[in-house]
Amino acid sequence: MTPHPAPVAGPILGRLSLDAIPLHEPILIGTFIAVALGGLAVIGLLTRFRLWGYLWSEWFTTVDHKRIGIMYMILGLVMFLRGFADAIMMRLQQAMAFGGSEGYLNAHHYDQIFTAHGVIMIFFVAMPFITGLMNYIVPLQIGARDVSFPFLNNFSFWMTTAGAVLTMVSLFIGEYAQTGWLAYPPLSGIAYSPNVGVDYYIWSLQIAGVGTTLSGINLIVTILKLRAPGMGLMKMPVFTWTSLCANILIVASFPVLTAVLALLGLDRYAGTNFFTNDFGGSPMMYVNLIWIWGHPEVYILILPLFGVFSEVTSTFSGKRLFGYTSMVYATVCITILSYVVWLHHFFTMGSGASVNSFFGITTMVISIPTGAKLFNWLFTMYRGRIRFDLPMMWTIAFMLTFVVGGMTGVLLAVPPADFVLHNSLFLVAHFHNVIIGGVLFGLFAAINFWWPKAFGFKLDVFWGKISFWCWVVGFWLAFMPLYILGLMGVTRRMRVFDDGSLQIFFMIAAFGAVVIGAGILAMLVQFAVSIWKRDQLRDETGDPWNGRTLEWATTSPPPDYNFAFTPVIHDLDAWHDMKERGHQRPVTGFRDIHMPSSTGAGVILSGLALVMGFALVWHIWWLVGASFLAIIGGAIMHTFNYKRDFHIPAATVAAMEDARTEQLTLLQSRHLAGGA
Amino acid sequence: MAMSFLRSTARFRLLPVLTLLPLLSGCGMVVLDPAGDVARQQGNLIVISTLLMLTIIIPVMALTILFAWRYRAANKEATYRPDWDHSTQLELVIWAAPLLIIICLGALTWVATHLLDPYRPLARTAPGQAVAADVTPLEVNVVALDWKWLFIYPQQGIATVNELAVPVDRPIRFRISASSVMNSFYVPAMAGQIYAMPGMETKLHAVLNQPGNFTGFSSNYSGAGFSNMRFAVKSLPAGEFDQWVARAKASPEGMLDRQTYLQLERPSEKEPARLFAAVDPELFDAVVNLCVEPGKMCMHDMMSVDAAGGGGIAGIHNVQQVTYDKFAARGSTEIARWSMRQVGAFCATPMNTGIRPDGVPTDPAPLTGAGLSLPGSTPVLPRTALNDTGPYSARSYSTRPAATPVS
Repeated sequence: MTPHPAPVAGPILGRLSLDAIPLHEPILIGTFIAVALGGLAVIGLLTRFRLWGYLWSEWFTTVDHKRIGIMYMILGLVMFLRGFADAIMMRLQQAMAFGGSEGYLNAHHYDQIFTAHGVIMIFFVAMPFITGLMNYIVPLQIGARDVSFPFLNNFSFWMTTAGAVLTMVSLFIGEYAQTGWLAYPPLSGIAYSPNVGVDYYIWSLQIAGVGTTLSGINLIVTILKLRAPGMGLMKMPVFTWTSLCANILIVASFPVLTAVLALLGLDRYAGTNFFTNDFGGSPMMYVNLIWIWGHPEVYILILPLFGVFSEVTSTFSGKRLFGYTSMVYATVCITILSYVVWLHHFFTMGSGASVNSFFGITTMVISIPTGAKLFNWLFTMYRGRIRFDLPMMWTIAFMLTFVVGGMTGVLLAVPPADFVLHNSLFLVAHFHNVIIGGVLFGLFAAINFWWPKAFGFKLDVFWGKISFWCWVVGFWLAFMPLYILGLMGVTRRMRVFDDGSLQIFFMIAAFGAVVIGAGILAMLVQFAVSIWKRDQLRDETGDPWNGRTLEWATTSPPPDYNFAFTPVIHDLDAWHDMKERGHQRPVTGFRDIHMPSSTGAGVILSGLALVMGFALVWHIWWLVGASFLAIIGGAIMHTFNYKRDFHIPAATVAAMEDARTEQLTLLQSRHLAGGA
Repeated sequence: MAMSFLRSTARFRLLPVLTLLPLLSGCGMVVLDPAGDVARQQGNLIVISTLLMLTIIIPVMALTILFAWRYRAANKEATYRPDWDHSTQLELVIWAAPLLIIICLGALTWVATHLLDPYRPLARTAPGQAVAADVTPLEVNVVALDWKWLFIYPQQGIATVNELAVPVDRPIRFRISASSVMNSFYVPAMAGQIYAMPGMETKLHAVLNQPGNFTGFSSNYSGAGFSNMRFAVKSLPAGEFDQWVARAKASPEGMLDRQTYLQLERPSEKEPARLFAAVDPELFDAVVNLCVEPGKMCMHDMMSVDAAGGGGIAGIHNVQQVTYDKFAARGSTEIARWSMRQVGAFCATPMNTGIRPDGVPTDPAPLTGAGLSLPGSTPVLPRTALNDTGPYSARSYSTRPAATPVS
């Protein structure tokens, strides 16, 4: 029950000692053994097949936006499994702990789990997934060779990864925060959380935040400066538009998070009193600041997926997107409005009625552009020829699920309703409703949609459908009981319950989580089966869905340089327009292509940042100083690296493009033969 | 044919949804079927807002399914217009339809938020039952402790732990604070929640209309003992409430003074209900001002001093080393260097709740809109309720006259 006493800091290891290893938690020991064995197996296999050099030179040090995008997706997937493990453990605990039973988790462990679940799912699952998606797709959609700052892109990815690693380290060394995912003070202050948990939280988010902010800047500049000739802003694909808005939100809101966590850090490390009870500190200031970041964050997550749904609906309905202009303005409206709603997260902290009404109504106003978007998708389907491939299935599931989440969201925006539903399981059901129904379903649509572009073969449909139905059914099973429990007055983050009549709902929810687990498993099987059967699923056209935007104009997977010649844009759906006008692929006149070089600086600097974060958590001051100096030194050294670029010789380009020409000719003749 | 069939199924799909709504309030959904008038109005608002939104949500869901089916690739009979991407009329409709709903809901929100503002004294205890001018609400001061609840009854001069007894149908005025971290005071059967925060005071006006036993709890995570931070709520007929007060006054626990409070606020879980026969009348204000510990400067004093220009250089040295700290109270051994300091009291002005401008009669019905009276006409709400002060935070302002710093 009582937290462990804070160990006395030593000069060499700071607060770190053998006590930091949670030997008393059998669950963690089991996990550690499994992770260690798994890790050893992976290392063994990589060594056995001599893949280290390949991984280092082709992947870790790459500045190719496509490979970085894929690495982001892998990071998101790995962390997703961790976050889901947390979810299953919580569901199990809440289904068990009735009638005097304490369940199987003590408060110290359970409270870390719900904190870690929230932090991981937002920062290390959803963010890497959408960043990875934008990284991969945006440059292709706008006809660019790469992002504006390729090295920065690599560095951003590794900083995000360093943050994720630091979070994972807390599982086996020390503890994680027991504060809830936003770590409200005074609970997260030094007085009430004296141990390392909150420090892990602060430093993992600060390190990852650097990556997120820089990648936001990178993508904004890319979209604004690197569009193919002819692609005015109003000829940009909708996904690029929503990405632009999401990245503007990132750049405008993440500094707030950085600042507020820095202030909390100062309170914890330097004895300042920004958010303490005494000495004029104001915990409510923290709550305001964190939500000024936190609410835009929600739209950072969902906006790119709105773009995905637009692309998918238009492609699979075989139609131009209905109301492109209104779609763009709706996105921009949401971007702006997302900054004037933050107080709706704490109506119950005693603001006056007029303030609450203002923020309640601004929140509702956001549902107007969102509703317009939904109607636009609806009317894109209208008079279309809808093919129900997996991406479109996910889109339909999204439309039917998201409206419910949107409705409960608007309901929570009515302050008097919020007074009875705030912090309840109704709220938990609501945000899972929009995050799973919106963000995750969108990601699954995107993965199924763009996988053939990234790897040259489609994903297996059978396992994809199993995963789809498990997810959809599991979602409703897992979260409808929570809506009901919320209306029964059950609050979130509870570890044990008195009222036995609630148990059945928690058991249904736990069962739903298991069904979702089956969906995740089916998705992993889908990936494995598809890789196994890649020759049957091969797509040589580069355009398996009869796509409309530029990324489908090039080979799957695209060559390093994306496009041998920068395309010229005349219409909104550029590739569709090119196909309509009988565009001929240029087959001669190739020139050298100027490309950025790979560099290990991103890995090294982020590794040092990870070391520095760990040292800060444990108060190992000499190591903090050493790693800080190394980061500065490393960054300066990197500025003297003049081997930043190279040229792909025209001959190589010609060879690759000739191969492509041959492939296309073969396909065409096969097609003609088949037609005859 | 298929289309008309789908249309009819789409219409029938509404039926189960609508029949579910009343069912929901049947199966123990305290939020939709509470025992207090405030919570009932909040619950009704949920139902009304939901129905309002369903007027657009259900057509959208039905259209999604209809279009998905009607325009499936296999259906070659359906019209296919690949280049149709704009219709000004449709655009107008798809922006106007949500806009209209939000205008209705926004108006409802504005009115309901003001009427159900927890700081607003009750104008009625039940539909049609106005609060008479001479009714004084029951005062209850609430303190969220680690991990239990303290209720101080200043009018009765008693205090309880983890047990809140109130008379049926009498308006209650809660003043709420906390000792260490943020909690949220929530009795779902009575009224919506409001945060309990250290160094700050929030208010809630509520009433319970049915006798019975209910549950209250903290609705904001506050640390290891959070799950068991529950308290019993007893709604008693007036006579029984007086008996309950008499029982409390005869309680062997005796007086809740500052020393007892400092013992009480130490972390503990699953505390049984306790009644204190008497209570230090200044205790709650001392809690809000973070100065229960002897010798510590109260926040209102500090703000008075600051408002008068501060303590000058001398003030810098008025920092004491103390052994008491919540850090230690939370069961941790190490007390950090910087959390051992506090500002010493040097102008212990007496604390008195009465100084705060509470309970000034004002017009309770300045709102206009559907269902409310027009300005100047006979108000729907009687002009008897008292207007409370706005959100009071000890750290946001002080209403006391500025004290002169001791020279």
